[in-house]
Amino acid sequence: MIRTLEQFDAYVAAEKKIEPKDWMPDGYRKTLIRQISQHAHSEVVGMLPEGNWITRAPSLQRKAILLAKVQDEAGHGLYLYSAAETLGVERADLIDDLLSGKAKYSSIFNYPVLTWADIGAIGWLVDGAAIMNQVPLCRCSYGPYSRSMIRVCKEESFHQRQGYSIMVELMKGNEAQREMAQDALNRWWWPSLMMFGPSDKDSEHSSQNMTWKIKRFTNDELRQRMVDMTVPQAECIGLKMPDKDLKWNEETGHHDFGEINWDEFYNVLAGNGPCNKERLAVRNKAHHDGAWVREAAVAYAKKNQKIRA
Amino acid sequence: MSDSKNSWPLWEVFIRSKQGLGHKHVGSLHAADAEMAIGNARDVYTRRQEGVSIWVVPAENITASSPENAEALFDPANDKVYRHPTFFVLPDEVNHM
Repeated sequence: MIRTLEQFDAYVAAEKKIEPKDWMPDGYRKTLIRQISQHAHSEVVGMLPEGNWITRAPSLQRKAILLAKVQDEAGHGLYLYSAAETLGVERADLIDDLLSGKAKYSSIFNYPVLTWADIGAIGWLVDGAAIMNQVPLCRCSYGPYSRSMIRVCKEESFHQRQGYSIMVELMKGNEAQREMAQDALNRWWWPSLMMFGPSDKDSEHSSQNMTWKIKRFTNDELRQRMVDMTVPQAECIGLKMPDKDLKWNEETGHHDFGEINWDEFYNVLAGNGPCNKERLAVRNKAHHDGAWVREAAVAYAKKNQKIRA
Repeated sequence: MSDSKNSWPLWEVFIRSKQGLGHKHVGSLHAADAEMAIGNARDVYTRRQEGVSIWVVPAENITASSPENAEALFDPANDKVYRHPTFFVLPDEVNHM
């Protein structure tokens, strides 16, 4: 069993999993609580931009698909809150931190969803980037997080494909529809690359998280994979990548790409993106409007207990 | 913002994925009572036909062994390799037993 930091490090280095009741360093516990709860918050807030389009989906089938995807996001949030709670935090406290703005969620959801093509771009690029980040997390050293991520990844590839299929459909359409798809790619491409976080040279959490096997690849490694994966998918359906510096590099076997606008990244992170305030306001309103339902359910459960007793 | 503090209790969820298999722990969720816990478990953990039966148990009712006792509980089995059939070497002439 694990009693010291040395034993813990050796255990993790040997690719063994840590379970909730095992001894763990405070930093490991704190990092995981922060990361898993932010991840859960991202899933929950991620429902808002897409949820707005359920009633405006162009066909009954597309509506049913989007509804199922948004329901999955709710499920993913719940798996993750459940994993975070195994580390000794209360779910109510985590949710309070989201609602008060103290906790972060993925900045990507602070961008507006302007057209139906954006729903395509989100599934294709945003869920695509999320998969890129999440697949290595399936091997995370913390058991409950790893198990949640396995469930999430199984479900997520449907999300990416449904998004790409919207883009495919639009690119087969008329001029206006193709322009709509291109416009969505133009707006979502850079924010999607920002989802991998700061460049490795500026990333504060990377090296310790690598040692602890919470993180398996650096932000820049994953970002490069995203670029290499996406470029041929865009070309194949006639979309043009919105990056004049993008080109194949024969020597490295990867695409070179342009510099990310880090001022924009830090500005949205600081709460000044186009939709930060709106997202939190909607989430708060839903939480407060639902308070009476939660209270009524507790009262009903208590009444039934009394009748039985 | 403490209206969430009077919160629903935590339930552990176990799913039988198909007839013939045992229920397996899949995670947890919050619900006001057992009936709601079953309903929530169905929505959270069986959206893709992962289950044919659900158990929900109030998390506070589960007693778990502690990692501190793991050695006392499980190590004694280490030196009893004769509990495994492969411990016993059979004569070559006997192929199966």
